[in-house]
This record gives sequence, C-alpha cells and structure tokens, in this order.
Amino acid sequence: MNAAFRIPGAGRLSQAKTASFSFDDKSYTGIEGDTLASALLANGVHLVGRSFKYHRPRGFLSAGAEEPNALVQIVRDDARKTPNVRATVQELYDGLTANSQNRWPSLAFDVGAVNDIASPLFSAGFYYKTFMWPKSAWKNLYEPKIRAAAGLGVSPDKPDPDHYAARYAHCEVLVLGGGAAGIAAALAAAETGARVILADEQAEFGGSLRFESGAKIDGENGYSWAQAAVAKLKAMDNVRVLSRTTAFGYYAQNFVGLVERVSDHLKSPGRELARERLWQVRARRVVIATGAIERHMVFANNDRPGVMLASAARTYLNHFGVAVGRNVGVYTANDSAYAAAIDLKKAGVNVAAIVDLRDNPSGPVIDEARALGIEINFGRAVVSAGGKLRVSSMTVQPKNGGGERTIPVDAILMSAGWTPSVHLFSQSRGKVAFNDETKRFVPGTYAQDCVSVGACNGTDGLSATVDEAYAAGAKAAKDAGAKTGKGIKPKVDASESWSRGMLGAAPGAGPGTTVKAFVDFQNDVTAKDIRQAVHEGMRSIEHVKRFTTNGMATDQGKTSNMHGLAIAAEELGKPIPQVGLTTFRAPYTPVTFGSIVGHARGALFDPTRRTATHGWAASHGAVFEDVGQWKRAWYFPKAGEDMHAAVDRECVTVRKTAGLFDASTLGKIEVVGPDAAKFMELLYTNPWEKLEPGRCRYGIMLREDGFIYDDGVVGRLAPDRFHVTTTTGGAPRVMHHMEDYLQTEFPHLNVWLTSITEQWAVIAVQGPKSRDIIAPLVEGIDMSDEALPHMSVREGRICGVPTRLFRMSFTGERGFEVNVPADYGEAVWEALWAEGQKHGAAAYGTETMHVLRAEKGYIIVGQDTDGTVTPNDAGLDWAVGKKKTDFVGIRGLARPDLVAKGRKQLVGLKTKDPKVVLEEGAQIVADPKQAIPMKMIGHVTSSYWSENCGRSIALALVAGGRDRMGETLYVPMPNGTIEVEVTGMVFVDEKGERLNG
Amino acid sequence: MLLIRCPYCEEERPELEFRNAGEAHIARSANIAAESDDDFEKFFFIRANPKGVIYERWRHIHGCARFFNAVRDTVTDKFVMTYKAGEPKPEKLPGASK
Repeated sequence: MNAAFRIPGAGRLSQAKTASFSFDDKSYTGIEGDTLASALLANGVHLVGRSFKYHRPRGFLSAGAEEPNALVQIVRDDARKTPNVRATVQELYDGLTANSQNRWPSLAFDVGAVNDIASPLFSAGFYYKTFMWPKSAWKNLYEPKIRAAAGLGVSPDKPDPDHYAARYAHCEVLVLGGGAAGIAAALAAAETGARVILADEQAEFGGSLRFESGAKIDGENGYSWAQAAVAKLKAMDNVRVLSRTTAFGYYAQNFVGLVERVSDHLKSPGRELARERLWQVRARRVVIATGAIERHMVFANNDRPGVMLASAARTYLNHFGVAVGRNVGVYTANDSAYAAAIDLKKAGVNVAAIVDLRDNPSGPVIDEARALGIEINFGRAVVSAGGKLRVSSMTVQPKNGGGERTIPVDAILMSAGWTPSVHLFSQSRGKVAFNDETKRFVPGTYAQDCVSVGACNGTDGLSATVDEAYAAGAKAAKDAGAKTGKGIKPKVDASESWSRGMLGAAPGAGPGTTVKAFVDFQNDVTAKDIRQAVHEGMRSIEHVKRFTTNGMATDQGKTSNMHGLAIAAEELGKPIPQVGLTTFRAPYTPVTFGSIVGHARGALFDPTRRTATHGWAASHGAVFEDVGQWKRAWYFPKAGEDMHAAVDRECVTVRKTAGLFDASTLGKIEVVGPDAAKFMELLYTNPWEKLEPGRCRYGIMLREDGFIYDDGVVGRLAPDRFHVTTTTGGAPRVMHHMEDYLQTEFPHLNVWLTSITEQWAVIAVQGPKSRDIIAPLVEGIDMSDEALPHMSVREGRICGVPTRLFRMSFTGERGFEVNVPADYGEAVWEALWAEGQKHGAAAYGTETMHVLRAEKGYIIVGQDTDGTVTPNDAGLDWAVGKKKTDFVGIRGLARPDLVAKGRKQLVGLKTKDPKVVLEEGAQIVADPKQAIPMKMIGHVTSSYWSENCGRSIALALVAGGRDRMGETLYVPMPNGTIEVEVTGMVFVDEKGERLNG
Repeated sequence: MLLIRCPYCEEERPELEFRNAGEAHIARSANIAAESDDDFEKFFFIRANPKGVIYERWRHIHGCARFFNAVRDTVTDKFVMTYKAGEPKPEKLPGASK
C-alpha cells in the first residue's frame, strides 16, 4: 500500500521494499531507506512531539542531525528504550517502534500545554527569579517538582545489553564529511597512495547532493556521481570509508573522535554486532568538509508542525520521494528556497505563494519559479503561521507594515540563509572570523594541521567547492608525506549556488513585539526572550546564552545560535563580531555513554588479579574481598559458621597449632647491584650495610616530608641482592618512588629494580606447628632455630621446586613465608595443606590476618597510619637508623611540627566493657561532658573482637598517647559514650616468646 | 589526547603511556639533613604555578619507564620540547609563545 504523500517516480528509494513500523501505537508502512521522519511524512504525520518548556506541538524542522524538534523514543525492548532520538536521522527498519515524548495523556491532547497559556510566567530567567523564596521551599518543594518535570523521554528499565566496540586508527588524511567537498578531497588524497579515512554521519554519502537536483558532476547527476566516487574509494586499499559515522570531537594534535552507528538501523542486530563503535583517529592532516546548515525564519508561530526548512522539504522529495504537503507556502530571504518550490511544483505539489523578504531579487531560480506560474511576493514577510497541531495558513504583510493577507497552506518552507558548520574547526581551537559582507562566521586562524573546504569554509557554489576541496585533499596528502597523485579532478557541469540571507528576527517579531517567534525550538527560546536578557543586563553572548538557555539543548544551537546572536547584537546596538560567538564544544551531536565506555564495564571495568591459590580457596568455601584489583580470601567458613565464628576459629587455630595464609599479593621488589645496600640505606630509615646475607629486617620507607609511606620485611639474599616486600596496595607506588630516586636523584648508584610480585607465590605458614608442617617438604635448608632464626631467609627447594624460605611472622607466632615460583603456588599450597591437616592446621584469610597482627600491635600502613604519621608516632623509632646521615625523609623528620610535643601517637585501647567492639574511625575525647563540638583528641584505627584475648582490642591514634597509659578516655557514639582505657599496643605475648614457641 | 615525545624512545607516544611527576629542576641537596627550615620548605613544599612555560618531570611509565623532563605551555597545553633527566634547562625554546 502506498502512503498518501509518497510521490510515484520521485526519490531514490525502491517502493517495493516496504517496512512496517508504529508510532504512538499506531501502525504505518514505510519503505526501506526511509528515516523515521520521511516515513511519517509519507503518511502525512507532522505532529511528533511536544516542546520542552511550553509543551507546544512540534513537527519536523529538518531532515538531518540539526533537528531540534522531532525527538522520539525508540523502543526495542525493556532494556533498549532510547530517548531523544532524532526521527530525522533514525533509519527505518521493519518493526520499528517509536513513541512521542513530553506529553500526557496523548500527543494531540497534552495537559502540560497549559504552560503555553501561562507562558508569560515562564519567560527567560524564570527559574532564577521565581524559586528564590522561601528558602526552605527549594529543597522540599521546588527542586523535586522541577526535577520531575525536567528531562525528556523515559529511561530503560534494565541495564544496556548491547556491546560497544572501540578502535584506534591512524591515517595521513582524515576527511570529515562526505558531501561533494569531502568526496573530492578524499579522491585527491587517496590517489597519492596516502592512508585516507572518509567519514560521514549519513547512511549514504552525498551530503546536500541528496537534494540538489540541479547538480551535475562528470556528466552525471550529482548524487549518482557521489555514489560512484565513494564506490571507487571503497575499492582502494589505502582508504577506509565510514558511513553512519559522526565526527563528534576534535581534540589536540589532530586526534578526532568518531562514533559509528553499527546496528541501530537493523531490524534484529545479531549479538555479534556492536551497537556502536568509537573510532579514535590520529591524522597527520584533517580536511573538514562539514557543509552548512540552513536557518529558519524567526516569525510568530514558526514552530507549528508543517513549518520546516526548505532544504528539508527538498530532501524529503528528491531523496525519499515524499511531499511534505499538498499546498505549501514558501518564506525566504535567499534563493535556496526557490529551488524547493520549483522541485515541489514539478512534482505536482501546489505552491501557494513564495514570500521573499528581499525587495527586488533576480536570478535564474526566480525566473524559473515565475515561469512555472508560482506566485512570488517580494518585500513581504510572513508575520504569523496559523493552525495548532498542523500549520493551516500563513499571514503575509508588507515588511514595513500594511494590510495583512492570509493564505491557506499545509506546510511552510523557510530559509533565512545558510550557516557554515564551523563546529569541528572551532573545537580544534581555530578562531572563526566574521565576514561582514556575507554575515557569517568562517574559519579564520587555524590552530592545528587541518583545512576547511566547501560550504563550511564559506565557499559558495559546487564548482568552487570541488576545486577547493580537490586541491586541499592533494595538498593535505603531500604535506603528510605522500607523493603527488595522478588523478583527474572531477568536473562540475552544473551547480546550484546561493548565499546571503538574513539573521535575527523577521518583521513582526522585532523589538517591541511579544509574539512566540522561536529562535531555539528545543529549549523554547523566543526572540523576545533574547531581547529581555539584554534588557536585564546581560551583555556577553555567553551570559545571554545561559540566561535564556539559547543553544543549550542537545542540538547545541545548530539552527539558533546565529539568530540569537544577531538579536542580542541588535538590542545591544553593537556589531555582531563585538558581541561574539559562543564556544563550540564536543560532542557535535549527542554521544551515548555506551560508546565512550566501550568494553570497560562489568567484569572488564578493571582488571581482576587472582593469586595462584584462588581456585583452591574458592573450592574450599572461601569468601573473597577486593583489595585493590586483587581478590583475596577473606575467611574460610565451615558449614554453619558465620564470619565471626569462622574468624574466631581461624584465630584460635593459628595460635594453638598452625594456619596457612596466601600472602602472594604483597608487593615484592628485587633490588640488585653493587650499590644495592647503599640504595636501601637511602630509601629506608633502617641501616642495611651491616645486615648479613641470609637475614631479614623490617624496613620503613618515608616520604621526603618524614611521614611513613610504606613498610615491609626485607631479606638480604646476597651482598648485592635484596628481596623487598611492600604493602599490597603500595606495590606500584613504592616501585615508582624507588625508580624516581634511582633515576633522578641517585643515578650514580649501580642498581636495578625489578617488580617480582607476580613471579612469586607466597604461602605463610604460621603457628607453633609451622616448622613441623614445612620441614618434611624442604630440601637443602637446615630448619633448626640456630640455622634459621626468626628474621632470616634461605634459598633451597620445597616439593622439588625452588624456594625463598623466609622465617618471619606477622602473627607473633613462629612463622614462615614460603616463596615459590607462582606457577607452582597451588601445588605447593596443596602439599603444605596436606601436611597441615596432620596437625589440625586451618586455612585463614585476610580478616584473621588482621586480627592476629592487631593482637601483636603490628601496624598496617594506610590503616593505622594516614600519611601524617611519623615512625615515632607509630612507636617505631627503633627502626630509624640514628647514625645515618642521609635517607629520604631524614630532614622532614626534623621539622618543628614533627618533633613537637603532643603529637598523635599510636596506642592500644581496651573498652571497659570487654564485649564492646569499637568502630574503626570513631573519634576519641578526654571529657565526655564538654559542650558540642567536642575537642577530639584522636581516633580508632583498628578494632576487632579477639577470641584469643576473650575481649575486644583496638589501636588508636591519640594526642600524647604514650603519656596517657592507664588513662580513661571516651568514645562518643550515637547510642551512648563508650569508656576506654589507654594501653600498650601488644595484647598477646608481650615478651615475644611465641616467635620461637 | 596529547602526543608526548619520549626522549629515550625517541618517539611521540600518546599521553596515556605517561605520568606527570611534578616540577622539574628541583635538586635534592647532597647534605639535606643540614638544610635550614626555610631551604627545606622551598625544596619540598614550594612549587611554581606559572601561566605559560612550565618545566616538568614526566615518566614514560607504560613504555620505557624512564623519567625525563618536559617543557609545556600551561596556556596552550602544548608540549614545547622534552629532554632527558639530568640535562640542564634548555636556554632556548623552539617556537615558545613567550
């Protein structure tokens, strides 16, 4: 079935291939190659949406990306409901479902339209003025109401199930825009053999050749030439042709972001297809061929459905074979609308009248229109459009006033002239220049290696455009290092040409009038609003923009900016360039979050690091916690155990028999070289020169300001080789810190640093039975206390594989850390586990590790310290080499504030009620009865239930803490104040006898 | 995304491969322990924040991992030049805005 407004024989689509679709639950038929807009227009549907603020009925203004009005919701399923899709760019597919937005209960009868009647209340700056008082009403009343009313469309109910691809690309010449100019530039560049990328936002190449019926190139119709040229480009190995691809952002050093719509136009895209693909292109040269956008006329009720740009009506006719009406009027200030009138007239559409604001224009298109018998009115203006849900008439008046005449029409085609699309040029930080003669901003000073060609450069006429573009394409390739090409420049045989036009409000909407003559359709900004902004003191166009929201909608003012600027300039009595143009910012058209995020979401958002024993832990019921990127076993609950029960059992088992713990995530750095000890002396507070090979030492690393940066046990494997361990989270920054000093401050030291975190799996075996568990599996290492005392390291073999066996303890028990090559980590763990089972050992996780170390007062950097804690504050003065003359932080430690009395010091806390476990981070006060705000003298850094102690334990930073031993302090909490006693930091085995127990 | 020339790799590479490491040409005293409070303050806490040319340290952390120096214009965000760590401040800048 043919739709009523489809003209047989017109357009380029094959009428045979139909596609059915629905709009607001009503079914229609379109044909393949339609946009949603052309398919609706073919069915005579103009009313497609309600405006944002006044809820005015709206139709299609354009046939392209600049569309401010025809925003719809495309629904595929619950998870795919895309709001604010421009119907003019959405390609039709069979089964497409679209809904209108911003209306209730229906598009034709919208309660919100009361805003239109009440519009005097909602003029520019309304929000700023109205919601000022009473103050409390903002939070409770205004903001929630405004938020509910704001926004267009409906969010999907489920997470986005589509996937989004991303690619990097490099080329010599990137051509942005695939109209006549872009194609000519790409041909010239491609013929040199240079790598060329040609991108265009449309499904088909050709740009304005889609509607310019008068264009002829190389003897062919312009559009056909474009298709043949693009086919030729596609066949070349050095050319990549991207359709449905928008250049949305132009960044530093010719880095351009493109987004390719891969499957939004398909009926049922397979899961193998991405929805969109982000291209990040680095080009030696960029040719900008983005064309120009037609402007509307600013007159009363210029937003009625059926009032549209002349070029849009032409596109619908010449490309899609659709007439936008049966009896159209034309309102213009330049020649281009005549071509639309001529094409429609020839297609059998009645053209009621052409109203031309100019006094006595002449030229071939005017002659042709006259010859076709179209009524032409010079020096007249359309002062109002009639009708509501669809335009029904236009009221014409001499432009300087006089008698009105109303002409019935069902569409008005308008053209105020063309605005060069300088968006990308401007984003590249190029400076635009105002051409006073043609009243338009064109590229002025370039900031990057790019060139603008054709209409976006203010070049008029197809012939001049192709000449300019072809030369620019060849030059860009040459400048990028390519050889000279041997192609032949396309020859333009016939072209259409127009320029000029008008800016600002048309007669009837000028100063002193209050009619609704829209400048910005999407944000409902009228000519009156712009003038009001000036009256209320806005002088800069940036202020006018923000006060009125002109150009701030998702179309970013593609059709409205120049009109708004001209009206403001007129009101200010200043020339346009003095008022200035607002800044163009990326993105050129809206970009989905999906395309920017790409694959980096869900499991791929951040790498997940797993230790060698992860699989074993998972199969033994471990609950994992995230520590940075690592998954660490948190605790190992047995059947029926909650976390507390599991941790209590693990803690007791380690001190009673033994426990196995995966310590692989600790950072490990090998410091090697003849000057390794000298380097260690400089990077750590401790003395290292005299540490014997085979022995270990607990090291503290400071920043230059004297505060603790990291800590860890360091083993000296040989005179020139240290095995350094760091905190889990600190590993990369410690490496960075070490490299920084080695490369830039101490480059004379002959030292190499190697990260070995991933190379070694580390299995801690801790507890009185630890030696009994390990010994049977070890070869070549004497395990006696005399040969392998606490804080020593030996190299040998375990289970037949190499090991660096550390005797060390983070539990206070006799303990070992078995380092084996990571690939053997799980096998050695299994062997140790089997031995451990004979002794009743438990596997334990990070929570038990934390409790056990806190029972011994061992600190965790980043938990018990916070970047303002010195070794002395932490009770670790013994680890600072007193005789040393230099180490990083030595001068910082002597700063007046760091040696002053009353600093916060790390101490232990015992709650008076042993059952109460303090909250980490809780504040501590000396006097609970003081007035609020109380003086806080410290805070709890670590706090746990200790099953081994049969009570709670805590560590805290307290001002002058070590002088407060035995004092009672208070921790005020919402449910009452908790009394605590200040104690030493060691809660278990104060003498340290268990290390050899 | 900026391109930064690593003076060790002798290649322009994308910004993602690099990490800024603060102001350049601030030497740590060989006898730092004996520095006055004022000198230490200048060394550790005080940094230039110029409008225009700034001398910075950068590290090619996801490349050769070397630290190097760079001259950048804070107005245009452009890198004027880069040079190896330990080399003196360049006396003349190529095409600098000031």
